[in-house]
Amino acid sequence: MPARLLQGSDAVAQAAIAAGCRFFAGYPMLPFTDLLESMAKRMPAAGGVCMNAESEIEAVNMTLGAGAAGSRAATGSCGQGIALMQEAIAEAALNEVPFVVFNMARGQQDYFQCTRGGGWGDYRTICLAPKDVTEAVEQTQLLFHLADLYRAPVIMYGDYLISHTYMSVDVEPVEFGPLPPKDWALDGTRGGTGRSRQIWTWAMGKANDPGPGPDLHWQRIADKFEDVARAEQRWESFSCEDADTVIVSFGTAAPFVEQVVGELRSDGCPVGAFRPVSLWPFPEAALSDACASASKVLVFEVNAGQMIDDVRLAIGGRVPVVPIGRVSIDFSGMRQGEILTVPWIRDRVRGLIGEGALR
Amino acid sequence: MSVGTSGGPPSAAARKVAEALAPLQLSGEHHLCPGCGHPVAWRLLLEVISELELSTKAIGVVGHGCYTNIVSLADIDFLQCLHGRAPAVATGVKRVRPEAAVFTLQGDGDLASEGLAEVLHAAARGERITVIMLNNGVFGDTGGQMTAASVVGQRTKTSLDGREPEDHGYPVPVADLVAALPGVAYVARGAVNNAGSIAKTKRYMKRAFQVAVEGEGFSFVEVLTMCPTGWFLPTADGPGYLEGTFEKTFPLGALKGS
Ligand SMILES: Cc1ncc(C[n+]2csc(CCOP(=O)(O)OP(=O)(O)O)c2C)c(N)n1
Ligand code: SF4
Repeated sequence: MPARLLQGSDAVAQAAIAAGCRFFAGYPMLPFTDLLESMAKRMPAAGGVCMNAESEIEAVNMTLGAGAAGSRAATGSCGQGIALMQEAIAEAALNEVPFVVFNMARGQQDYFQCTRGGGWGDYRTICLAPKDVTEAVEQTQLLFHLADLYRAPVIMYGDYLISHTYMSVDVEPVEFGPLPPKDWALDGTRGGTGRSRQIWTWAMGKANDPGPGPDLHWQRIADKFEDVARAEQRWESFSCEDADTVIVSFGTAAPFVEQVVGELRSDGCPVGAFRPVSLWPFPEAALSDACASASKVLVFEVNAGQMIDDVRLAIGGRVPVVPIGRVSIDFSGMRQGEILTVPWIRDRVRGLIGEGALR
Repeated sequence: MSVGTSGGPPSAAARKVAEALAPLQLSGEHHLCPGCGHPVAWRLLLEVISELELSTKAIGVVGHGCYTNIVSLADIDFLQCLHGRAPAVATGVKRVRPEAAVFTLQGDGDLASEGLAEVLHAAARGERITVIMLNNGVFGDTGGQMTAASVVGQRTKTSLDGREPEDHGYPVPVADLVAALPGVAYVARGAVNNAGSIAKTKRYMKRAFQVAVEGEGFSFVEVLTMCPTGWFLPTADGPGYLEGTFEKTFPLGALKGS
């Protein structure tokens, strides 16, 4: 299929359907609403179901039900809506039901929410943050694969730039390799055979086949997330090899930072850029390596300082880690505007590395 | 308070029935209190599923409560979900597996208190699922606190002097609310405090499953069950208390459909 000019949300919807998503549920909240509308438009033709749920709580629980019954399922929202969904995201992580959550956020203030959750229990959620629509399309398909691979809910942290930007993209189904069979999914067909199934956060099993019980079950899940933490780190770095200053940013803010780094490099300034693509697991070792020659690490994010905690953990106090972003007061209500510009970021970086750094 | 008498120990015939496993029952062992009404309702549910030949189609969704123990004891697929959310979860299951007989089993705390929105919206959407609410008027599992369905005057751990409308409001008649909605095909309220009520409740459950499986719409059965522990009553007094108080507030019978 040739590339076509698509709105980001619509491209993500098409990518989800190409990945085999056949159940979607959501409750309107901008900028997520566009994705919900696209799904409502496209799902029937794909033979799937799109529910305009009565709340985010219902939407995510419907999605959990569809996922437990074996369907590729997804939901989404942003900010406050994702907050309502956290109880079910945690539950799904603990009872091992896969689905995808699209956070089409209003800005970058959902970092803690997406990477630390807000639910109960020892769980983590894989969270990928695309920098543009093309990457959002790739990540959408990858996320369905990762959800099934690890039997876990996973999150895409997009935002209004992903949602609203028109971009020429090519949505083709992508093959990511084999997956374990979904023999755990509930289909109701084994009742009365002694082999009926159960999905239960406490994993108590059936009277004729006692399960592991909570302790072993939760330990196994904790071990699984440790494996995920090792295997699924993703990142991108840009002229960090000899950089004296590395600037870390994520999502749609990263291309702005890359532009600044490119401009400063051509001015002879030894700066580099690093972008965690997976916000959890956070690519700690890669960031540490990328900062091997740096004497300073700057963190640009459009919030009061959230990812900076992960950066500091990765750097381990070796060099100063300095925030250069801040909460935006953009009047669009999307909290992305004002400071998300190349000149603003360039001025901040210049101010901090000092003119002396310019050769 | 009106309290009935138990009429002595169970007869040999009654013991025989109680000791025989129902179809689809994996064990007779459970950790519910003596005199609890839930196991009777479980048994009716399993008998109905088996008699309607739905055992290889049934997927149950339960919330949190004493009744949740059925997940380990019954030989059908079960998904345990968050407190109150079962009707939403069941919606997701049914929409992707329309051929399945999808039902929820919930307590009054689970459904009338925490999950009222979920059940009303599933009903209004006319989801082809069956919702069964076991109403004992308390949060049994957490030790007997007041729920949205506790009756006026009922003593609970959070209404020690009895539920007083001025302070605590009135009980929510969920079955009546559900019956008022257009997408709903069948609603009934039964009880498990005596043989006659048990037989009728089984008929209600059977009809409710048939209606949903045949695609007529949403079906709902409320079952009044005993919780002598949460009611601070001797075991044998449970059935009489149910009749004297709960049945007055929540009259039995079919409320919608036949
Ligand atoms: C979100 C949430 N809140 C509270 C609880 C604690 N909790 C567990 S069971 C229960 C009460 C269940 O009462 P009910 O649904 O009436 O069932 P019963 O125990 O009486 O059978 C409560 C409140 C919980 N598990 N989850
Ligand atoms: S507390 Fe009440 S509902 Fe729970 S098992 Fe005991 S009698 Fe039954």
